[in-house]
Amino acid sequence: MRIFLQITSWVALVATILPAVLFLANALDLNQTKWIMLAGTLVWFAATPWWMGRKVQPVGNERTGGQM
Amino acid sequence: MSEETSPMGGEFERQPVPKRARLGFKSFVGMYAGEHCAGTELMIGPLFVAAGVAAFDVVVGLIVGNALAVLSWMFMTAPIAVRARETLYFQLERICGRRLVTIYNLANGIMFCFLAGAMITVSATAVGVWFRFPMPGLTDFYPNSTGWVLAVLVVGALISVVAAAGYSMVSRVANIAAPWMVMVFLAFGLVALRQFIDISGVSIQSPRDLWHLADQVIWRGGEPLPGQTKFTFWHVMFFAWFCNMAMHIGMSDLTVLRFARRSWYAVASAAGMYVGHFMAWLSASMLFAYQLRAAGLTSDAAITAAATAGELPAPLPGPLAYEACGLAGVLCVIIAGWTTANPTIYRAGLAFQAVVPRSSRFTVTLFTGALATIAAMFPALAMKLLDFVALYGMVLMPMGAVIFIDFWLARRLGFQDNYAQRAGITFNWAAGLTWWIALAVCILLVRYAGIEIFFVSLPGWFVAAFLYVLFSRWLQRPVMNSLR
Repeated sequence: MRIFLQITSWVALVATILPAVLFLANALDLNQTKWIMLAGTLVWFAATPWWMGRKVQPVGNERTGGQM
Repeated sequence: MSEETSPMGGEFERQPVPKRARLGFKSFVGMYAGEHCAGTELMIGPLFVAAGVAAFDVVVGLIVGNALAVLSWMFMTAPIAVRARETLYFQLERICGRRLVTIYNLANGIMFCFLAGAMITVSATAVGVWFRFPMPGLTDFYPNSTGWVLAVLVVGALISVVAAAGYSMVSRVANIAAPWMVMVFLAFGLVALRQFIDISGVSIQSPRDLWHLADQVIWRGGEPLPGQTKFTFWHVMFFAWFCNMAMHIGMSDLTVLRFARRSWYAVASAAGMYVGHFMAWLSASMLFAYQLRAAGLTSDAAITAAATAGELPAPLPGPLAYEACGLAGVLCVIIAGWTTANPTIYRAGLAFQAVVPRSSRFTVTLFTGALATIAAMFPALAMKLLDFVALYGMVLMPMGAVIFIDFWLARRLGFQDNYAQRAGITFNWAAGLTWWIALAVCILLVRYAGIEIFFVSLPGWFVAAFLYVLFSRWLQRPVMNSLR
C-alpha cells in the first residue's frame, strides 16, 4: 500500500511540473496547463500525507521560523 | 529560561546533543530545501524587478551571494555548532546572562512579528484573486480598502489561532507541501518564460538566445519603480548573502546544526539557497516582469507615465501566481505564506513569553499574531521587504559576532569566555554595549556615511567583534584581578 501511495505521489508531482514544461515547449495551452497542475496538486495532497513525514525528527523536518 | 519557554523548542535545550540524537546529511538537505521555499520568496523576486535589476546582476549576483551564504553556514555557524552542540539561546545565556538574553529575545520577537506580517500579506493577496477588492499598490503605505483589511484580518486570525494551538500540524503540512511547492515555483518560471517568448516574438535556439531574452526583455535593468531602491550586482549579492544573516552569521542555526554529525553538513544549506533563493526568486521575478511587459511598460518613460496616472501594477503574489498557474498557483501562495508565517508567529510568541514568563503561551501567541496581523495591513511592510530583511539581519548580527569571538578568541585575546556563567551575572555589559553600539554605528553609517542598509552589516560585524574584545578586556579586568 505504501509503495502504491508513493508512486501516486510521484506521479502527482510529475503532473504538477510536466504541464509547465509542455507549455514551454508549446505543446499545451495555458488553460490545460492550469487544470492539469491543479489535478496534480489535489492528488499530491490526497496521497502524500499517508506516507510522508509521519515521524518528525528533532530538527529534521520542522520549520524553525524566521527563515526566508 | 525554562524548557517550556525556550524560543527554539525541541529537545536537549540545556545540554549538548548526545551522539545517539545526531542526524545524517539527508535530514539537513530536506530541512534547508523546505525552509527556504517560503511565502516571502514570492515577494522578494518581484521586488528585484521593481528595483530595476539587470540580468547579469540578478543571475550572477544570486549565484555569488548564495555561495557566500552557504560558506557562512559552513565556516562560521557549523564549526561552533558541532563543537558546543548547544542551542543559540543556551550559549548566549552563558555568555551574556539571562537578562540580556531576554532583551535579545524581545528584539528577535519583534523582528519575527514583522516578518510574519509580510508573510500574512503574501497570503492575503491570494484572497484578492477571488473577492476582487482593491489591492494595495507599490507605493501604498496605509491599507487602501476595507476588503484588504478584512482579508488580512481573516488570514491573520486563522494563522494566529493555529499558531497558538501549537504548530505541529502546520509543520507536517509544510513538510508534505515542500516538494510540491518547489515544483510550482519552477512552473512559475517555465510558464513566464514561454509567455516572454510569445510576447517578444523571439526564437530560442541556443543558450545565447536565452541569455539575450533574459538581458533584453526579462531583466532589462534601468530605473527602479517609484519608491524602490536601484539594485546593482552588489545589492543582489549582498542581499542574497545577508537575507538569512540572523541564521548564519547571527548564529540562530547553531540550534539546528548542533544535531549534525559533521560540520560540513552545513553545505546542505545550498539546497535551500539555490532552490529557494535562486530558482524561486528568479521564477517569481519573471512573473512580475511579464506583468509589466504585458501592460506595455517597457521603458522608463512608460513606467513614469503609468506611475503618474496611478496605474502602475503592484507585485502582488496572489494575482501573479493565479495568472501563471491558476488555482495551483494560488494554493502555493496561500500554503507558502501560511506554513512560514505560522512557526514565525509561534517562535515570536515564545520569545515574548520569555519576557513575561507568567503569561500563558496561548494568550501571548494570539497577541503576537494580532501584532503581526496589524503590521500586515500596511502594504509598505511587504513593498519595502528588501529593506526590512536587511534590517532584520543587521539587528541580530552583533550577537553572532559576540558568540564567534567568545568561542574562538576569548582566551587568546586575554579575557574569559562564557563570562556571565563564570561570574554568575545576569547581564554581561560587554555583550550588551557591543550589541547596541554596533547597531548605533551601523545606523550612523547608513544615515550619514551614505552606506546603504544592504551593505552595512559587513563593516558592522567587524565593529561588533572589535567592541566585544575591547569591552570584555576592560570590564573583566577588575574581576580577574581580584581573582588572582
